[in-house]
Amino acid sequence: MLSDSDLTALLITLKLAALTTLILLLIGTPLAWWLARSRWRFKFLIEAVIALPLVLPPTVLGFYLLIALGPNGPIGGLMQSLGGQPLAFTFTGLVIGSVFYSMPFVVQPLQSAFKAIGTRPMEVAATLRASPLDRFFTVAVPLARPGFLTATVLGFAHTIGEFGVVLMIGGNIPGQTQVLSIAIYDHVEVLEYSQAHWLSGGLMVLSFLMLISVYALNRRFSFHNMGDST
Amino acid sequence: MTIEARFKIKRQNFTLDVELNIPDNGITAVYGDSGCGKTTLLRAIAGLEFSQDGYLRVGHKLWQDGSFFVPPEKRSLGYVFQEASLFPHLNVRRNLEYGLKRVPHKDSKVSLERAIDLLGISHLLDRSSTQLSGGERQRVAIARALATSPRILLMDEPLSALDLKRKQEIMPYLESLHEELKIPVLYVSHAPGEVARLADHLILLEQGKLKASGKLDDMLTRLDLPLAHGDKAAALIHATVAGHDSEFNLTYLDFPGGRFTVAHKDLNINHPVRLRVIARDVSLTLEHQTHTSILNIFPATVEEMTPEGTAQIMIRLLVQGVPLLARITRKSASLLALEPGKQVFAQVKSVALLS
Repeated sequence: MLSDSDLTALLITLKLAALTTLILLLIGTPLAWWLARSRWRFKFLIEAVIALPLVLPPTVLGFYLLIALGPNGPIGGLMQSLGGQPLAFTFTGLVIGSVFYSMPFVVQPLQSAFKAIGTRPMEVAATLRASPLDRFFTVAVPLARPGFLTATVLGFAHTIGEFGVVLMIGGNIPGQTQVLSIAIYDHVEVLEYSQAHWLSGGLMVLSFLMLISVYALNRRFSFHNMGDST
Repeated sequence: MTIEARFKIKRQNFTLDVELNIPDNGITAVYGDSGCGKTTLLRAIAGLEFSQDGYLRVGHKLWQDGSFFVPPEKRSLGYVFQEASLFPHLNVRRNLEYGLKRVPHKDSKVSLERAIDLLGISHLLDRSSTQLSGGERQRVAIARALATSPRILLMDEPLSALDLKRKQEIMPYLESLHEELKIPVLYVSHAPGEVARLADHLILLEQGKLKASGKLDDMLTRLDLPLAHGDKAAALIHATVAGHDSEFNLTYLDFPGGRFTVAHKDLNINHPVRLRVIARDVSLTLEHQTHTSILNIFPATVEEMTPEGTAQIMIRLLVQGVPLLARITRKSASLLALEPGKQVFAQVKSVALLS
């Protein structure tokens, strides 16, 4: 069964994934809305930057983040000059890294969900006296509900599964930055296969259940397009 | 009080450039071929389209003057889109309440019950908005717009997405709006039938420009406008039911120029009706024919004549001031020596009741 240190790793992983997803929903929603609506000609540059973690080896991303967050990097240096700690090898550093790493998994589903709504429902709401913020929350968000569900689950699951970035910027400090995927790696390294089995199998079941619920719920939530369909 | 509008909106393939005075009462049809800018005009009035040097005043409320621009949600208007555009995540009742809830209480003059009543949708309230027929959806959308007690109602071809049967299902409701509401309605359409049945005024657009505007019955018979030409050219006559003949099963309809006799219609005395008299169903004689099967004969004055193709002539007549169109051959016109000012008798072969 699970040892105490495995349980700690599990808790850190869940905390990391939950916090990362929350932050990503807060940042990603306005960003995705802007990407879905803006006609700025250089928008594609931002889209490419957000998509980078999809194609980069996580170690590359982790390497640059390590440098940026370390005492001599711009972010870590800033923290230090403000009297704080450099962020490399801390839980906060892990959260920052995960936000970058999982961003496309949250932003992209939201962006396509917002895009699919079109402009008409928002115009209808405007002619029914709803202010921009009002119509965003009462029309755009409910209509993009499948997108929010997908974004939340993918963001969460992807953060749970991260390895390379964590290894680079978090190190492997039990109780602070040791997450599940790294605990599994450690077990395998010292040939503790049964522990590795428990953790891996559990992670697999968890991920599978999350994906099943997304796909099932999204089928129930999907609305007919406005106007047509009889 | 009128609605004053001036817009200049450039789009990729056309420019809307109009200056309009829209009557502050009744239904004003915005008519023209597709692509003439009807929808853009309506969207500009709603504030959904911005033009740099636009101007819009509705009654004494200024909605736009150059860069002073009241956003759509602050304009007291109802907008009915071509497709009903109900919110799919809300049921019918909550769709209806969406706008109502956002109108300050003191500005709420039309109650939800009345809007529901006018459109006959009380049986749909708890239904999902995705499970309605096209006609039902459009009726809910109209009621939703009315429930905000708008100062003006804008309708963008509300019937064009519906088949003939649904159109006929919705028409009576639109007609009752006309009788019951005191607010001006701007009704975009490219269907002459709808316009003739509903509108009081007409704005004619052509390639983004204002071609003409005025009272509908006048506009339909103005020979300088395209409406008064072609096979479907027809005059519109407002009449009231004067009585019924039970022996021959007929109904008498009075208008300022005389009395129409038509097959019996089950309508109350004094009920207002709209009649459509198609130009090719009107023939002219110099003397009052007595031995004829035609019942509806009126003395008239030739006002204006223009050639219609190479063989025919379109003639605008006045029957005691009421305009009527007649399309006859050029040969007949020559034989009768017709010219403006000449007294004739107009024989109306058939007449259609529009409402």
